[in-house]
Amino acid sequence: MNDTLRKILAPTLFIVGILALWEWAVWYNQLPDYRMASPSDLIPRYIRFWDLFLIKSWETLWRTVAGLGLAVVFGTLVGMIMGFSRFAREGLYPILVGFNAIPKATVVPIVALMFVGQHDFNTVLIAFIISFFPIAVSVSIGLSTLEPEYRDILRSLGASNVTIFWKIALPKTLPEFFGALKVAVTLAFIGTNLMEIVSPHGRGLGDLFDSGRINADYPLMFAVLFALAALGIVLFYVVVFLERIFAGWAERSPG
Amino acid sequence: MTSSAHMIELREVSHAYRTKAGPLPVLDGLSMQVPENSFCAVVGPSGCGKSTLTRLVSGLMRPDHGQVWLHSKLVTSPRPTVGMAFQNPVLLEWRTILQNILLPLEIVKSPMSKAEAIERAHHLLDLVGLTGFAEKRPSELSGGMRQRASLCRSIIHKPDVLILDEPFGALDAFTREDLWCTMHDLRREEPFTCLLITHDLRESVFLADQVVVMSGRPARAQYVLDVDLPGPRTLDDLYSPAAVAMLATLRHQIQVAQGRATDADAPLDGHAKPAEVTA
Repeated sequence: MNDTLRKILAPTLFIVGILALWEWAVWYNQLPDYRMASPSDLIPRYIRFWDLFLIKSWETLWRTVAGLGLAVVFGTLVGMIMGFSRFAREGLYPILVGFNAIPKATVVPIVALMFVGQHDFNTVLIAFIISFFPIAVSVSIGLSTLEPEYRDILRSLGASNVTIFWKIALPKTLPEFFGALKVAVTLAFIGTNLMEIVSPHGRGLGDLFDSGRINADYPLMFAVLFALAALGIVLFYVVVFLERIFAGWAERSPG
Repeated sequence: MTSSAHMIELREVSHAYRTKAGPLPVLDGLSMQVPENSFCAVVGPSGCGKSTLTRLVSGLMRPDHGQVWLHSKLVTSPRPTVGMAFQNPVLLEWRTILQNILLPLEIVKSPMSKAEAIERAHHLLDLVGLTGFAEKRPSELSGGMRQRASLCRSIIHKPDVLILDEPFGALDAFTREDLWCTMHDLRREEPFTCLLITHDLRESVFLADQVVVMSGRPARAQYVLDVDLPGPRTLDDLYSPAAVAMLATLRHQIQVAQGRATDADAPLDGHAKPAEVTA
């Protein structure tokens, strides 16, 4: 089978298959849509609330991307500090792990109280907090496990540490960085929605989800989940695309 | 006493690593000289400080005691006139082979223009048998080919001194012999002084003008063998009586270094020569 064709056909087939199975299960069990929505229930919701879906998706999307962007900058910085200084690594690690262990749902009300009314800021903050950990850890591991020979080939010629960082350490860490970014993308989404749902402020897909819940509009809630999944897939593949460009060399050709 | 004929000179070099269990002395009063454009191989038991020696000569480390001289200049820091290659070819996977080979020229100021450098890189690739591989990625090359590319990189900037730390150690026997011949080709093309660390006695005899046997840790020069095989050498020369006798002598010296033999067990041979005593 043609390679590109398979790449499009395989996921399409699987999605259609799973939706069909779902539709059938709901129909077969005669479940009313206040107990289990079926895919065919979702389409009217998308049609009816299309404008809302667009507006809310955009709100969720930009705040997620902003939080992720902050996580990339801050996580890389912390990762660099931890990667180059053993002292900093040993000092920061327990703090980072402890911080990461705190359920972020408990941080949401605290942040909401701390910066009352700053909804966009709070949401970006939570998306950032939840997603910077994997980035910091991967960058620090990538840098601290750089084989000494890599350093030595440049150092023996009199290269400075800055040169070694730009020419070797940074590019060599990129595959790990993108691996972490794929995890961070989905985490950032969770962060944004956590804020939108736990501390409702009328913005984002979380808000639409919440109004579905309040109005007992079960199919709407499912429709929001699908919209979130779609956004997640799009962002994930944006990262994959960037990875191809900047770290494509790390990918082995099959066979 | 400084002799300008010596490209590399170590004078009473001692070095210890600081470990949890206290200082671990690896070199103890090591003295040796390598004349300009000659090839010196260093052999010795495992863990005797051979790699430490390469780091001291390249200026990556400074010895606790003693001095290292390159070209009559005291070594205090890394110098761009040195080229290095290791057992691990350490090619940068995100660069093509050509970009990898040109890497030292991004650090070292060279009189070569960009075009000249690229031409030289292609010439070196031809010499080591990698014609047509300039635009490949390291992941597309076999282990032996990567090591060839690594050798090209180590001499692209025309270093005075080439330091090789077991560059052929991880290769299979036939590839290794191929690369030995490549080394001879490279030296014929452009002379350089070479310090080779190796575990392979045949390799040392085939490639070197002088083989230094290091003692066990803490190491000093235990024995120096002048390899007087006529050039140009071929692999067949390794099976000549003279070469076999040299190998037996080296083997014996290694056993002495390991503490498994004494001088009394020395093979009967005319090549034995006591270690040079340097004042």
